[in-house]
Amino acid sequence: MKIEGNELIIGGVVASIDRDNIDTDQIIPTEYLKSIKKFGFEDYLFDGWRYLDEGKLGVSKNDREQNPDFILNQAPYDKATILLTRDNFGCGSSREHAVWALRDFGIKIVIASSFGDIFYNNCFKNGVLPIKLDKNKIEDLFQKMSDSSADLSVSLDSKKIFQNENELYSFDVEDNLLERIIYGLDDVDMTLKHKDKILAFEQTRMKNTPWIFSND
Amino acid sequence: MPKTLYDKLWEEHHITTLDSSESLLYIDRQYLHEVTSPQAFEGLSKKGLSPWRLNANIATPDHNVPTERGESFKTENIKDEISKIQVTELDKNCNKFGIKQFDITSINQGIVHVIGPELGYTLPGMTIVCGDSHTSTHGAFGCLAMGIGTSEVEHVLATQTLKVSKLKNMRVKFSGEPQEGVTSKDIVLFLIRTIGTAGGNGHAIEFAGSYIESISMEARMTICNMSIEAGAKVGLIAPDATTFNYVKDHSQLSEEEFEDAMSHWTSLVSDNDASFDKEIAIDVSLIKPQVTWGTSPEMVVDFDQEIPNLDFVDGENKRNFELAKKYMGIEENQKVTDLKFDRVFIGSCTNSRIEDLRDAAKVVDGKKVSEDIIEAIVVPGSGLVKEQAESEGLHIIFEEAGFMWRDPGCSMCLGMNPDQLKPYERCASTSNRNFEGRQGNLGRTHLMSPLMAALTAVNGRVVDPS
Ligand code: SF4
Repeated sequence: MKIEGNELIIGGVVASIDRDNIDTDQIIPTEYLKSIKKFGFEDYLFDGWRYLDEGKLGVSKNDREQNPDFILNQAPYDKATILLTRDNFGCGSSREHAVWALRDFGIKIVIASSFGDIFYNNCFKNGVLPIKLDKNKIEDLFQKMSDSSADLSVSLDSKKIFQNENELYSFDVEDNLLERIIYGLDDVDMTLKHKDKILAFEQTRMKNTPWIFSND
Repeated sequence: MPKTLYDKLWEEHHITTLDSSESLLYIDRQYLHEVTSPQAFEGLSKKGLSPWRLNANIATPDHNVPTERGESFKTENIKDEISKIQVTELDKNCNKFGIKQFDITSINQGIVHVIGPELGYTLPGMTIVCGDSHTSTHGAFGCLAMGIGTSEVEHVLATQTLKVSKLKNMRVKFSGEPQEGVTSKDIVLFLIRTIGTAGGNGHAIEFAGSYIESISMEARMTICNMSIEAGAKVGLIAPDATTFNYVKDHSQLSEEEFEDAMSHWTSLVSDNDASFDKEIAIDVSLIKPQVTWGTSPEMVVDFDQEIPNLDFVDGENKRNFELAKKYMGIEENQKVTDLKFDRVFIGSCTNSRIEDLRDAAKVVDGKKVSEDIIEAIVVPGSGLVKEQAESEGLHIIFEEAGFMWRDPGCSMCLGMNPDQLKPYERCASTSNRNFEGRQGNLGRTHLMSPLMAALTAVNGRVVDPS
């Protein structure tokens, strides 16, 4: 994220993956969910497509057989910060590891026509911005990004996408979600400001529906 | 204003609306397992916090556990070092914080979505979360139940609440009587085929209609379980007499508590004139057994139908279908019934309950697993399901036919434990996801009901159940 003039801008190389329904098992296969850490997933992003051999947790990409045909193995896309894809990206499981893998690789923005609900939520907790655009705009972007020197910049303040200073589209995202990315806010801290309300609610609930608490 | 069941559950748990326009909901129950909890516990410790309400949480290991354990197996016996670390970490965290865990040695251990209802921790009207998308399963009891990410697991541990935006309401009405050999799995696969894997995005789906009213809790759980495959993180069924009987049998509530609760639970229905943002009606009597042919749960055909010919598929789907066919090793003009299978997996949180095992055992009884099948395994969803099945002699039917009878866990539903497909192996599976590599690198998954999977084991191919 950088500030240009008065605007917060995220920009960079756009990697396009022309597929619908990319699910969380594609973003990071189950093998890597065995990690108990929250970081270090960059080498496992899109593992099944990125490598020709089978991977294991702890084995780095340098010791793997890379698939030269896969976009993230090709310069300049190996340094992509924006991912462009199609419909229903991140469908499937609730694993936050999928977002961690994107984040650790360096992806800051995913642009798609729609997202899996849980994945969409998980993005904002980890500084990745999911941008929804209409299908025709996505189609247009795929055309525009077919040139390998094409990159985009995204203004978080004005919620607009630019190519070489030219405004392409604006997008919609709730302000509170965006703020979490901009300020790196922690949800637990924010919620605990409502501690009294939660306690009061809980007391009433214990009185009204005691069976919920019967194994307490 | 008339309300839907989802609206009622939402209001009952609504603490406050936040500046952000999201709401803070009170969470009654959280289930924990070894995969999505370690980072949450770590976050909690770093902040110097402890769980807000300890007994709201119930834990069990399921994803990583080997299913050939036998007697007196302990965490330290897990061979895969990395799996062992994760299960050990759950043991440690539960001990450290004092969370109730049914560990790998417990008769109550099992897939988290199987043990919750079975041990009576899932009760109608609750909000239930778990770091697992199939938490929607518990919606079968009239719960607002949803899968959450690890950051949210930490949030619920720390605050007993979740920040959420309200979903839209969708209702799917199933009417009619199913044909012989058609189960709730076929019906939910048919729904996903009809509305697509994004069809329920942004919605809570309430399943209703005469068919839903007529089926067991097990069958209802199978349907709610797969609402996430239809894109909806919440699936719901209004509790009725079937629900109350199940809860009475399984919960630890005293007679008095139960009566008290009943008077509340009976109000958990959508009002007659409540309006839904989206409504769908399906006549189940027209549905045949369903089988997936591709790499998305919406790529479904009737068991005897041809797999879509690419010449007749329109632009956008064409690319997806082409990739799926290639991955699945399917030639032009093949039918599902033409495919030769290598493995059969009966299990997972979709179909590992006692009724599922009975369905499968019925068609296996007195037959043998086909010689074409390398391995066919039955993995009960929990220690209690296993015990029940053994008391009915089901394990003998399976073993005599040549199936392996395993210990409870997620098993071949996902490639995290020793039960995995080898590259290019074709598997008849009762699980919920046929994604590329889901059951093992380059493995090929066909989702179907336990009955159809059992028949596939016996015949080496998908056959007509009638
Ligand atoms: S059985 Fe499969 S879908 Fe269910 S919780 Fe386990 S891994 Fe997830």
